[in-house]
Amino acid sequence: MVTTNGNMADGSGERGETATWRVKAGLAQMLKGGVIMDVVTVEHARIAEEAGAVAVMALERVPSDIRAAGGVARMSHVALVEEICNAVTIPVMAKARIGHFVEAQILEAIGVDYIDESEVLTPADEAHHINKHPFRVPFVCGCRDLGEALRRIAEGAAMIRTKGEAGTGDIVEAVRHMRAVHDGIRRIGAMRDDELATYAKELGAPLELVREVKEQGRLPVVNFSAGGVATPADAALMMQLGADGVFVGSGIFKSEEPAKMAAAIVRAVTHYADPTVLAEVSRGIGEPMRGRSAASLPAEEQLAVRGN
Amino acid sequence: MTTAPERTAVAPRIGVLALQGDVREHLEALAALGIEGFEVRTLAELDDVDGLIIPGGESTTIARLLLIFEMHESLRARIEAGMPVWGTCAGAILLAERAPDLDRPTLALMDMLAERNAYGRQVDSFEVDLDISGLDGGPLRAVFIRAPRLAEPGLGVEVLARLEDGSIAACRQGHMLATAFHPELTTDGRLHAYFLAMTEEALAAARASR
Repeated sequence: MVTTNGNMADGSGERGETATWRVKAGLAQMLKGGVIMDVVTVEHARIAEEAGAVAVMALERVPSDIRAAGGVARMSHVALVEEICNAVTIPVMAKARIGHFVEAQILEAIGVDYIDESEVLTPADEAHHINKHPFRVPFVCGCRDLGEALRRIAEGAAMIRTKGEAGTGDIVEAVRHMRAVHDGIRRIGAMRDDELATYAKELGAPLELVREVKEQGRLPVVNFSAGGVATPADAALMMQLGADGVFVGSGIFKSEEPAKMAAAIVRAVTHYADPTVLAEVSRGIGEPMRGRSAASLPAEEQLAVRGN
Repeated sequence: MTTAPERTAVAPRIGVLALQGDVREHLEALAALGIEGFEVRTLAELDDVDGLIIPGGESTTIARLLLIFEMHESLRARIEAGMPVWGTCAGAILLAERAPDLDRPTLALMDMLAERNAYGRQVDSFEVDLDISGLDGGPLRAVFIRAPRLAEPGLGVEVLARLEDGSIAACRQGHMLATAFHPELTTDGRLHAYFLAMTEEALAAARASR
């Protein structure tokens, strides 16, 4: 297992400067147009890589099983994450609890390629997220709207994903959150510069980042969709709504034919705007996960509201 | 009737293979040079460009999608017939003749070895100033992300830049250019201008031979 090598804490390595913002945000840029799949075993990880996943998320349980199991959901076992790191050549991500910076330190020491500070696990801190800047490994965080996205970026997230409602197989929350992010971006685009400070205050986000959104016309980092994708059509819907790529959690390994579903979703994300291809890849892929409507979840089972 | 063919002022059409990866960054780098780039996802779109950039991304994914969408052979044939091509990172792996740890065939066009993830995991990704032969204006900031190590260049391969450990960072074989790093992640457009010039030269040569 290769872990952090002889690099110094100040970010200078034997070959050049490591852990720079460009390097952290850059890996997410390379994942664009791709599918990141939740996997709970080495076997799953191999199926995901074979299907064309750009990365895997190493977990003990997929979100729908986390819901079913109840109890406290924590970082995965170190041995499982290491086994999965060793089994595939694509990047491996793993989840830490919101605010649990020691879980994050451990995942960094193992050598995972990205940490997801995730609402799918039971939060460790109700007031603070992890200060992600000092870490050498990059982080992805969830959001429900533009303000939440920019707060996470201010804390050091180098990639964002809209939260959706994980483990439901219901796309409705993913759509709500992606629309909310883009609605915020469009509003900023239509504003005069002297209106940005007040809007930043409303969003609860740093003015500097609001200005950057206005300049670029988009988030300063890559934004994937997560939480509810269960079919190739769902994935393409999120891409057409402006996602840079898609996380699929329970949607693959809770479907009838995971390998076929995984490969079909990968194809759908590449040709997300071509209904002919989408129709073709939607054939013969078995039943999607059964799912549970997000609206039927009692308040205490809703994951997206964790962390703000 | 024997007048030399005149170069038209029409800019070459540069495509970016858009199956997966950092396509937008390349399109923006081209736009900064005043050139409109085109996304290439289909054979029809491939037919419509004069030069192609294969972007950074996940080489296992792009290699699969080239096969699944039946673009592998046509793309290979186009490049073999002289279409200028530039691969960055994953793109460089796909151009390499030898990529032993990739579980799908590469396009196998450049006489070199590409060793995937040779510099370690993401925490080992790095950026460094590189002198590149043929580029004026001093060193270029080169961003290596889970980058491949390019090695064993054949006789036809001109090495343009090396890292301190001697591994190849940039090289060229005729109309094919490979960089293990990502010029599209910086605002330094010199390599994009270099590739544009390669494509213009190829177009001019094709017109001259008609």
